Amino acid sequence: MKLYMKYFSIQFKSQMQYKATFILNIFGRIVMSFATVASVLFMMVRFNEIEGFTVSQTLLCTSIVTMAFSLSEVFARGFDIFPRLLGNGEFDRILVRPRRVIFQVLASHIEFIRLGIFIQAVAVLCYAIPGSGVVWTWDKILTLFLMISCGGAVFFSLYIIYASFAFFTTEGLEFMNILTYGGREFGRYPYSIYGKRILKLLTYVVPLALIQYYPLLYLLDRVKNPFYIFTPVISLLFLIPSYAFFRIGLRRYKSTGS
Amino acid sequence: MKKYFALFRIRFINGLQYRAAALAGLSTQFAWGFMQILAYSAFYRANPGAFPMEFSHLVSYIWIQQAFLALFAPWGVGGNVVDTIVSGNISYDLARPMDIYNRWFSEAIADRVSKATLRCLPILIVAFILPPPFKMVLPSDLFQFSLFLVSAPLAMFTVTAYCLIDHMSTFYTMSRYNAIFVILADFLAGGYIPVPFFPEPFRRIAEILPFAAMQNMPLRIYSGDMAGRDAAYGIVLQLFWFAVLLAFGKLHMRHSLKRVITQGG
Repeated sequence: MKLYMKYFSIQFKSQMQYKATFILNIFGRIVMSFATVASVLFMMVRFNEIEGFTVSQTLLCTSIVTMAFSLSEVFARGFDIFPRLLGNGEFDRILVRPRRVIFQVLASHIEFIRLGIFIQAVAVLCYAIPGSGVVWTWDKILTLFLMISCGGAVFFSLYIIYASFAFFTTEGLEFMNILTYGGREFGRYPYSIYGKRILKLLTYVVPLALIQYYPLLYLLDRVKNPFYIFTPVISLLFLIPSYAFFRIGLRRYKSTGS
Repeated sequence: MKKYFALFRIRFINGLQYRAAALAGLSTQFAWGFMQILAYSAFYRANPGAFPMEFSHLVSYIWIQQAFLALFAPWGVGGNVVDTIVSGNISYDLARPMDIYNRWFSEAIADRVSKATLRCLPILIVAFILPPPFKMVLPSDLFQFSLFLVSAPLAMFTVTAYCLIDHMSTFYTMSRYNAIFVILADFLAGGYIPVPFFPEPFRRIAEILPFAAMQNMPLRIYSGDMAGRDAAYGIVLQLFWFAVLLAFGKLHMRHSLKRVITQGG
């Protein structure tokens, strides 16, 4: 952990070297992600509600998913660009160092400008809260916290799977985008609107609904069962298969040579 | 003209080599279109009266958009223009007896067309054989289809001219993409949600901006959302904006080239 903080501060300092660029980039990302929010807003203004979720409630959902996603983007950046690490031999250097592989991939690439999206999502959340009708008791705050943090973990696992595929192909596989970027894009609305089958898929196979739809129901008082607070925790189980997949890939890794 | 066509051909054949990448991209685009249709059908069920397009029109809109993503998207092509400027390789280009703008333009078009050629057919075939709510249909008549055939290249030219102006800002900034320009174009051209879904004042403004001359036009003409006089007016608008962006791009280029300084040897 101490070592991670060391990496963290080094990268923070190096990325802050160009302050103007850094701030412009963050600003750019904030504006960029407003396109998504605007599309949700435009749709919701026209239709008023979707599956019983109002404008504010949908925006609440949008902002939570966006926050979870951006957390994974900041911290799992190393896995996002993993194919490049394999290609340019940086991964070989990682392998010869006496620290855990995953730790090093994580620690050596932290992308702070992606926090821009997080900031924007916080703003949307603040905008959505008054209209959403949520009474913020402790259990609700806990639910919100679990949704964001465990959500970050699920997206993180997806990035690990994406990276593991690269062991076999050396190239990034575009179809994983449907789960990472797609999870965020389609997570703008509660996953239930895509129909029962998609919801089941997102519950049992890729547990994105566990961090979004089910706890959202609790947050909005649609269900009273406190079990729903902890559905995001169950989604953490997804880390196991993705980690195992990474190990399998790692075992059959052959260097691309120099 | 002949040399630019030759450039187009070289680049086009080169682009056709990436078949595996296209295959991987296909599944993503297909799933993407499918999820979008599911979302819109939820909205449609919630309130059919508030739906600004016919549902079948929307389905065609989405499938054509996915099939020809490479033709109309304001992103994903032209990265090499930026590289050329940043790396200084532009000095080679300057030494060639060719107009740089035309060269970049024909290369960008070749990239778009080759990518689209590889990807469009499988998506279109699947979209045509899907069961009804997801099934894509042909335009109402041959005339409408021929309007689409006019509008599609115009949209591609317009978006390419726009992207080149964006890339040329690299002459001044030396950094990569201006994401804001890309997102702005994508959103206002109906890349996120079709323009008819915009609420009223926005919609009227968006429909006369240059972005309306991009993917918005051919997609809505194909699907039948714009027909007859609307479609004809749309094509005139496309011609107008293409001419403006082209003229601006060429002027901008001439102006920038005057001040280009390449360092080192």
